[in-house]
Amino acid sequence: MSARHPAILVARRFLRRPIAVMGLAVILLFVLGAIFAPLVAPYDPIATSWSAIRKAPSMAHWMGTDENGRDVFSRVIYGARASMLAGVISVLIAGGIGVPVGVLAGFAGGWTDALLSRLTDAILACPFLILAIALAAFLGPNLTNAMIAIGVSTAPRFMRVARAATLEVAALDFIDAARTVGTTPFKVAVRHILPNIVPPVLVQGTLAIAAAIIAEASLSFLGLGQQPPDPSWGSMLNAAHRFLSQAPWLAIFPGLAIFLCVLSFNLVGDGLRDALDPRGQ
Amino acid sequence: MKSNIAGRIAQIVPTMLLVSVLVFCLQQLMPGDPALVLAGEERGDPRVLAQIRAELWLDQPLIAQYFHWIGRVLHGDLGFSWHIRQPVVALVMQKLPVTLQLGGMAFVIAVLIGVPTGIVAAVYRNRFWDYVANAVGLAGLSTPNFWLGIMMILLFSVNLGWLPPSGFVPLSEDWHQSLATTIMPAFVLGNAIAAVLMRHTRSAMLSALDQDYIRTARAKGLSNWHVLTRHALRNALMPVVTLGALELGALLSGAVLTEQVFSIPGFGKMTVDAVFNRDFPVVQGVVLVTAFLFVMLNLAADLLYVVINPRLRRS
Repeated sequence: MSARHPAILVARRFLRRPIAVMGLAVILLFVLGAIFAPLVAPYDPIATSWSAIRKAPSMAHWMGTDENGRDVFSRVIYGARASMLAGVISVLIAGGIGVPVGVLAGFAGGWTDALLSRLTDAILACPFLILAIALAAFLGPNLTNAMIAIGVSTAPRFMRVARAATLEVAALDFIDAARTVGTTPFKVAVRHILPNIVPPVLVQGTLAIAAAIIAEASLSFLGLGQQPPDPSWGSMLNAAHRFLSQAPWLAIFPGLAIFLCVLSFNLVGDGLRDALDPRGQ
Repeated sequence: MKSNIAGRIAQIVPTMLLVSVLVFCLQQLMPGDPALVLAGEERGDPRVLAQIRAELWLDQPLIAQYFHWIGRVLHGDLGFSWHIRQPVVALVMQKLPVTLQLGGMAFVIAVLIGVPTGIVAAVYRNRFWDYVANAVGLAGLSTPNFWLGIMMILLFSVNLGWLPPSGFVPLSEDWHQSLATTIMPAFVLGNAIAAVLMRHTRSAMLSALDQDYIRTARAKGLSNWHVLTRHALRNALMPVVTLGALELGALLSGAVLTEQVFSIPGFGKMTVDAVFNRDFPVVQGVVLVTAFLFVMLNLAADLLYVVINPRLRRS
């Protein structure tokens, strides 16, 4: 790629924002921790120990131990797997449904657009978490179903963004030109429209990962996501809630992990938006 | 204008119709046969199963089931709770006031925090207070509200002993106790919305302050305060009203978690209990009622927008 390639220009503008870069660094840290959890975590995250029940943070257990004597630090590291996976996969599901539907609605117009837009309105009318809870409840409580539930509930947002961006791009002259020379509508949509709506979809995607991580933690907190004994930040908080006066550290660290992770995705999303659209500043 | 309002009201019909189809389809996702769940101990008896299927129209084609169901919903019958053995409507009516009190307080708190901080951030654009407001707003958006709730219980109930960690007292019973039990959950619930309102207010104020009439007002020698409150804020608040209404859905979502953390016997707690008792008619009822509330609140916000915007009133 030449130095004037748009992607490189965007990357340069992004790198000039120290706070967004910091967010990206924290995300990388979480991702590496999740991938190399067996190497990083000092203990087995599901091994119980009756001699170490609810011990306060110490040199041996940096974040203390939980009600079954498991090491909280190791569980927080392994918990990053559930959160990262849920964040990324549910957003891929949401984008996989929402973007094609949005492009179709924006490009086809007329009745197709009206029908798809009303359907999106209907899904958006159901409050996000309530819809996700209902879906997770009907599908059955586990991490996979939680990701599907979050993905389906998030899809309308991608549909809206993709539709708006498609309408904007479809009005440009080069689309007319492509149609005039006989390019099929499908090819126009895939070759000419899709690449041009990437920027807004990318920004929406980053911010949606932040929201999906909170949603997965929420479902797991309610008992509808990751099932015990496998660790997830949300389910750890559920257990911690019961031992608040005896073992406050159980509640502090998983929550801090969610906060840091979500904050970082929000910072990167904001940074990306500014880098992609320098006019917006 | 009247035809505009009528058109806007008419838009609700297809949306709610589609919502009802979605809610009906939820039932089809459920693994297993609902008749088996309902029959309980008598699940071995084929006559009991056949009777239950006939009562619930489960032996009819899907499309007939839907029309039977929606017909009853339109008559105000949301079905019968499998677990509590009460009509779903009665349950909703019993729990909704609790959540509405909590949600109302949360919204007031969100507006009292979000709008002034948004104004301050816009007035001090790209200066210290703007950065502080933005950082606090972003932190608010990134904090899961159930964790904030747990941390507040840890601080104010466990460590300081100032507020009760859980429970609920209705306003009509004892307003002092009622406020003591709801102030923490209401703050937790309002926190994320305050952050969103702050962002909306900031950007609306920034674009209002950029307008020519603001320069004219300043050139006339009006005081800074007068320009801000009478000229900029009145125009900036209009988009905030509409965007704020969209956050009411987030309020209903957040109530589920907040009520769980603070053990408040409201709509959200009922939803979670219903999910764990596999009480599907209640879950369906909850989705339908919240969607209806959300659509109506949005309509109210759109109508309010017309009322406070003289330009729309005249056209």
